Amino acid sequence: MTRRRAFSPARFWAIVVKEFVQMRRDRLTFGMMIGIPLLQLLLFGYAINSDPKRLPAAVLLADHGPFSRTVLSAMRNSDYFDFVRQLHTEAEADAVLARGAALFVVTVPANFTRDLLRGERPALLVEADATDPAATSNALHSLRTAVDTALAADLQGPLAALAATPGPVELRVHARYNPEGITQYNIVPGLMGVILTLTMILITGLAITRERERGTMENLLAMPTRPSEVLLGKIAPYILVGLIQVGVILLAARILFDVPMAGDLGLLLAATLVFIAANLAVGITFSTVARNQLQAMQMTFFFFLPSMLLSGFMFPFRGMPAWAQVLGEGLPLTHFLRIIRGILLKGNGAAAIAPELWPIALFAVLALTVAVKRYRQTLD
Amino acid sequence: MADPLAIDVRGMTKRFGGRTAVNQMDLQVQRGEVCGFLGPNGSGKTTFLRMLCGLLRPDAGSGTCLGYDVIGQSEAIQREVGYMTQRFSFWEDLTIAENLDFVARMYAVPDRRRAVREGLERLGLSRRRHQLAGQLSGGWKQRLALAACLIHQPQLLLLDEPTAGVDPKARRDFWEEIHQLAGQGLTFLITTHYMDEAERCHRLAYILDGRLLAHGTATEVIRQARLTTWSVRGPRLPQLAERLRALPGVRQAASFGTTLHVSGDDAAALEQTIAPLRTQEHEWRRIESGLEDVFIHLMDRSGTQGPS
Ligand SMILES: Nc1ncnc2c1ncn2[C@@H]1O[C@H](COP(=O)(O)OP(=O)(O)OP(=O)(O)O)[C@@H](O)[C@H]1O
Ligand SMILES: [Mg+2]
Repeated sequence: MTRRRAFSPARFWAIVVKEFVQMRRDRLTFGMMIGIPLLQLLLFGYAINSDPKRLPAAVLLADHGPFSRTVLSAMRNSDYFDFVRQLHTEAEADAVLARGAALFVVTVPANFTRDLLRGERPALLVEADATDPAATSNALHSLRTAVDTALAADLQGPLAALAATPGPVELRVHARYNPEGITQYNIVPGLMGVILTLTMILITGLAITRERERGTMENLLAMPTRPSEVLLGKIAPYILVGLIQVGVILLAARILFDVPMAGDLGLLLAATLVFIAANLAVGITFSTVARNQLQAMQMTFFFFLPSMLLSGFMFPFRGMPAWAQVLGEGLPLTHFLRIIRGILLKGNGAAAIAPELWPIALFAVLALTVAVKRYRQTLD
Repeated sequence: MADPLAIDVRGMTKRFGGRTAVNQMDLQVQRGEVCGFLGPNGSGKTTFLRMLCGLLRPDAGSGTCLGYDVIGQSEAIQREVGYMTQRFSFWEDLTIAENLDFVARMYAVPDRRRAVREGLERLGLSRRRHQLAGQLSGGWKQRLALAACLIHQPQLLLLDEPTAGVDPKARRDFWEEIHQLAGQGLTFLITTHYMDEAERCHRLAYILDGRLLAHGTATEVIRQARLTTWSVRGPRLPQLAERLRALPGVRQAASFGTTLHVSGDDAAALEQTIAPLRTQEHEWRRIESGLEDVFIHLMDRSGTQGPS
């Protein structure tokens, strides 16, 4: 290619128009693009939104003093804990949690009442099965208050001093199987990032491979085009689709889940645009590498899983091991989650999100560069 | 327009892995010429066309296409070439009109709407303009493809089996159209497996195993082959053919309806061989070899001797 010509807006536009028409014809895919976010939102959102009560709990009681009874009845009265079983050994406790027979095991240590009266702050151990944090987090949150309030009622007169901060007992909560629960407001904004990652990458991942599989690539390549015209032309229509998704999700977040929107929505939209572009660029890169649509799909999931797991969506980012955090920093979703949670929940402004926005932009540019380099202008 | 040759390439070679699909091919095609490109399946026709329009990078070879360098100026070539792929390659989820419109945009055709309208009219597609390309029958797809590769008024058309699956009437119209365009100075390189179409070409190029075996007008190609052909009429021709094939001097014996064509490249040997068979039962006549006799002969010869 000795005669390098400039980018042709006319040809770019030709591709955009063609993609739009094809998208309009492909009702199913278009429906999925709107349906997937709604479905995910409803499923994830409501699972989180529910506030499960009367969760099965077991107790390992080594002290039969009055304060033990106070603590246990306080927990029962909070309505979150339903004591279904009395245990005698720690092995039993482990087994009960592992089988899922109880979601909590409460251990009241020997001499609990005596130590409490001596002001030694005995430890009350609560082990929780946190495989499903949504199930246990509210119960755990209520624990401190329930226990303190109940004990305060008992500790009157000369004992009142014991009720003062930091509280008469030490509450030790072990969330088992899953280090930390995710709160409700975290998840809906996070879902927006996750949904955009999945659908945007998937749809453009198929863009080039589809042309190749249907045999139309030969035709497209026989026309005088620059890779950038084809690639950008294929990306552009989906930016609009992405924005529609964003609208749907934000609306649902507001109406269905009451997610607070503290910050500037215009700023959020601008940042989201960059994030959408980054994902589309990743997708189109996959599309130039994959040999067929199936491969493109596999690559999408190969990218999607770490995004979901290491971005701070599934697990609290700071709770992850260092290597996972390093990987996570390389993913656009990680930065987007911080941006969207920052804007919606904390009301962050442009200055606060800038340090998270540029890595996404950089990622988009890099991915697009790879795509342009990888895009083959010949059939061999 | 100084260069009278639309295609002038030498030594074009393309290898796929270990096998050579096109081997040291030279080809010259005059402007305004309709050149038929023939050869058995897998002989390298499609590969050669793809190299001409920059879809495949040749492993060796050089030359020009419409005056542009085939290696370095693919883009300039693509702008003035209309390439019709062997397999339908337009967008099946776009309508006829949308496909043409897309192509016209891609080539930045001036007055696009008019170009599309004229393209539709020229190939009788106007009535179906809003039909999805994927729902067209094979013949109509071919017409759409031809309309699309003419829309940017190319100088050279590379058509890869454009009439495969097209009915006789449509084929005739198609060839009329081609000759009309050739009269206006357009150049055609057309692959086909139909002999009647080969006869409609100004010149023919016959390729086998990636090598150019014959090149010239139909008469020249036939003469170069130095083939003697006899036609036989009578009963039990299949049995006769079977016997003949085993005899010296007989290169081929092929049935043509009620007659059998027997050919060989050594006229004397052939005559000697058939002498005892020329009985009352069969009517023997020496005839001019046809293109088909020659092509089948070229094909068979390579099978026994390998490409020369
Ligand atoms: N992309 C490819 N990869 C590997 N081999 C290929 C490729 N394209 C063509 N070939 C091989 O090159 C040879 C020539 O193929 P080509 O398609 O050019 O034949 P053709 O003359 O067009 O045949 P047909 O009449 O069947 O269309 C064949 O042996 C084919 O298998
Ligand atoms: Mg072919």
